[in-house]
Parts: sequence; C-alpha cells; structure tokens
Amino acid sequence: MATDIRPNRFRQLSEAIGRKFVSGIEEFGYGAVLLVESTLWLLVGHWMQQRVRISAVAQEMMTIGVQAIPVVTILAFANGAMMAMQGIYTLRDFGAESQVVSGIAMSVTREFGVLIAGIVVAGRSGSAIAARIGTMQMAQEIDALRVMGVSPVRYLVSPILAAMLLMMPLLAILSDAMAILGGGAISVFELHISLETYLTRVYAALAPGDILQGLAKSVVFAVLITLVATSNGFNASGGAEGLGRATTRSVVLCIAAIVVADMIFTFFLSR
Amino acid sequence: MTVATSQAVIDVSNLVTHYGDHKILDDVSLTVTAGEIMVIMGGSGSGKSTLLRYLLGLHSTYGGEIRLFGKDITTLGSREWMEIRKKIGVSFQGGALFNSMNVGENVRMPLREHTALDENTMKIMSRMKLEVVNLAGYEHLMPAQLSGGMIKRAALARAIVMDPSILFFDEPSAGLDPVVSADLDNLILRIRDAMNVSIVVVTHELDSAFKIADRITVLDRGRILMVGTVDEVRNSDNPRIRNLLTRTSEDELVDANEYLHRLTEGAMRI
Repeated sequence: MATDIRPNRFRQLSEAIGRKFVSGIEEFGYGAVLLVESTLWLLVGHWMQQRVRISAVAQEMMTIGVQAIPVVTILAFANGAMMAMQGIYTLRDFGAESQVVSGIAMSVTREFGVLIAGIVVAGRSGSAIAARIGTMQMAQEIDALRVMGVSPVRYLVSPILAAMLLMMPLLAILSDAMAILGGGAISVFELHISLETYLTRVYAALAPGDILQGLAKSVVFAVLITLVATSNGFNASGGAEGLGRATTRSVVLCIAAIVVADMIFTFFLSR
Repeated sequence: MTVATSQAVIDVSNLVTHYGDHKILDDVSLTVTAGEIMVIMGGSGSGKSTLLRYLLGLHSTYGGEIRLFGKDITTLGSREWMEIRKKIGVSFQGGALFNSMNVGENVRMPLREHTALDENTMKIMSRMKLEVVNLAGYEHLMPAQLSGGMIKRAALARAIVMDPSILFFDEPSAGLDPVVSADLDNLILRIRDAMNVSIVVVTHELDSAFKIADRITVLDRGRILMVGTVDEVRNSDNPRIRNLLTRTSEDELVDANEYLHRLTEGAMRI
C-alpha cells in the first residue's frame, strides 16, 4: 500500500509547486498590464476623453502622502537617533565616534530614509487601497464602473499611481531630513558638538548621488506599492474573510517587495 | 412570434460559455425588440445571471454572437464599446452605488464622465431622475443611510440618467418586501412607458415576472426552455416549467453507480 501513496504525494507536491509558480507568473503579468494601462491613461487619457481627474489625484495625495507625515516624521527621527546611539557606542572602541556623522548621513539618504517612508506608506496605504478596491469589487461597484464605460484602471489605479509617484519622493526627503535631525539630537549630547557643526559635517559627507539614489528608490517603491495593493484589491473574493486576506496579503507583499527591490537596487548601485 | 432583426436591439445567437470545464450556457439565442420588456427567468444555477453578465460585456465569449444595436459586442473595439455603453443602463442586484459618494453624486457620475455639461445642468438632470424614482430630496444622503428599496431606486436613477435605450435589471426584487417590490415593478413599467426603452429583467420572482413582462425567456441548466408571452409560459405543459411555476421540488433519478462513485471518490485506493 505504502508504495502507491508516495508517488501520489510527490505528484501532489510537484503539482502544488507548479500551480503556485504559474499563479505567481500570472500575478506578475497582471501587475505589468496594470502598470502599462494606468500609465497610458495618465499620459493619453486626455485625448481619449477619459481624463484622469486632478481632484482624484489630489485626494489620493492627501491620504497617501500628507496624512502619512506625522508617522514618517516620528519613525525617521527615532531611527536616526538609534543609528547615532549605536554608531557612537560601536565606534567608541576605536576612538572614531566622530565618524558617526558621515555614517548616518550616507546610510540615511541612500537607504533608511526612503525605506522608512516606503514601509509607512506600504502599511498605511497598501492595506487601505486593497480594502477599498476589494470592497468595491465585492459590491459590484467595479462592474458598475465598467458598464458605465468608465475604465476602473483609469478611475481607481491611475490617480493612486500619480499620487504615489509625486508623494513618495517627497516623503523620502522628509524622512531623510528627520532621520538626520534625529541623529543630530543624539550627536549634540554625546559628541558635544553644536548642531551647526553636525549639519556642516553631514553636508560635507553627502554627494548628490547619495540623495538621488534614495529618490530613485522611492519611485520604484511607489510603483511597487501601487501595483501590489491595487491588484490584490481587484482580485479579492470570498466575502469579509476574503477581504481580510487580501488586505493582509497586500501589506505583507508590499513590504516584502520594497525590501527585496531595495536590496537589488543597492547591490547594483553600490558596485 | 416573428421579430424583424432590424428592430432587435439585442440579438444573441448560439451563445456558449464555460466556467472551467463546466458549461454554463449552451446554445442560447434570444432577441429583444425596441420598447419591449423581456424577463429572463429561471431557478438558481440556471445561468440567467451569467447570461446578463455576458450581455453587459463583462466576460468574453467562447462561441456565438451578442449583438447590441446591431453591433457584435464580442468583436468591438474599445471606442465603439464606449459609445454603446453610453446607451445602456444597469441596475445591479445590490444597487452597486459608490459608497464613497452621496446619492446625488452617484446619479451624476455617468454625466460627469461622459458629458461636458456644467455642474448646475447635471444637478438639475440628476434631480429630475430622482423625481422619477420618488427619491427627491434624498440626494445628500450616503448609500449606507438608505433602505434596501431606496438603494435600488437610487441605482435605477443612476441607470437612467443618460436616457439609455436598453435598461438591464438584475434581480430587482431580491431582498425587498412584497410591497416595495410591487412598487418597483410599477416603476419599471412607468419608465418603459415614459422613456420607451427596452428592458431586460433577470429574476426568479414569478409574480414580478408575470406582472411586467411582454415576453419571458425561461432558462434551465444553461439552455433556453421556451420564449413566449406571459400566457404562453403560464399555459406551458413542459414539466420543468410547470415545476418552476408550481414551486414543486424535483426528484432527480439516482444513478447507483454515479452515487457510489461520488461517495468513494478519493477515499479508497482500488
């Protein structure tokens, strides 16, 4: 008996892996189509008499960007302060604690500033967008849009994409500034330097490329969060439980996507 | 009943659809003429909601043709589709009002997207339609504040705001009490007379179907059992239609082998 179970189990396993793989590819393709379509609407919607409304973009900018400012500020400040504390503690053994300033400046602008902004937006908007579109999908509101001749991608996704592309870089800059300020607050006490000296050293340590690297990443994050959140919303099914699943999945995938993308980006840019 | 094809606003021929390996609609053909109320009736799982979704162009077909206003929608480009969509209105089962907008904004939405009218004109037009469905004065309420019947009527106002030539209803009386659903039936008749639209209603409610229909299409397990006037359907001697009319449950013949197979499938290794 046991002999005929094993091949079955193996087959089931390989089938399951194959299905997951195919659905992963499918999802990737779906995201790509979504990106192309929403970008097209942003660019040529005006000529096709299907404009992306500025008011909708402004509203999304409020919820995605402006309302995220307090959280980004607090998290970035705290993170900058922590980096300063850890940096001073580790570098003290070598008597090089004053080097902490350039360390903070570089790592914040290249990496952590934008990553904090990305994670905050993924957590806040990644879930909210998936939940909103998922609810609309289940209440047949998406169907209603389509039969009215209103493209759901143009109406729902394009404003989010535009708002993300505009707000993520701004949030990344805010996050950079706050993290550097947080590092400054600790450095002033621990290294006994003035804030002015600290900022001068930060300025000296930074090259435009460092900040540009962060900004480039923020644009990639904006696209990733938009696509992951909206596609999870559109594919939500199965009532309240399904909506919960789609929302959770959206947040987890958003954060995973931006961290992995960040790593790949850094790998190529720091060579 | 012979219908000249030129008059037909909806003309479906030999529509076949699948869901996975499962055949949902099988060789369905029907026509709806201008100004006619066609009720698509059938039990649960008969494929009537699926048929509606195909008529609305929400899915792509496997076989057959669906013509709206003489144009085959299975092969239409997006621009032509858009023009056709401006001429159809849909009242969904749950209303499908946009929850983030109030009633007035919901009704104005098609105008805002498809016309270049100024705000005041749109307001007046939306109020006119809200008057038609007896919802005047409710335009500032959000969908969550409305009762079931009001949601359906608001959705109807949105469906007729562009003065469509075809109006679709998905289960208009679902979830409504008999009085409210009778009101809605009267409203459907009134709108047909006032606007001279063709109306397609998908429902399983017999009373409502007999009251409003010019012709009834009876769907059963994805096939059309009959198309006829109210009297023809009432007097039909087809056993499956009789069961539907008299609300008799069906005793299906049990195939012993099939039954055994269902019970033991995957449970025994033979």
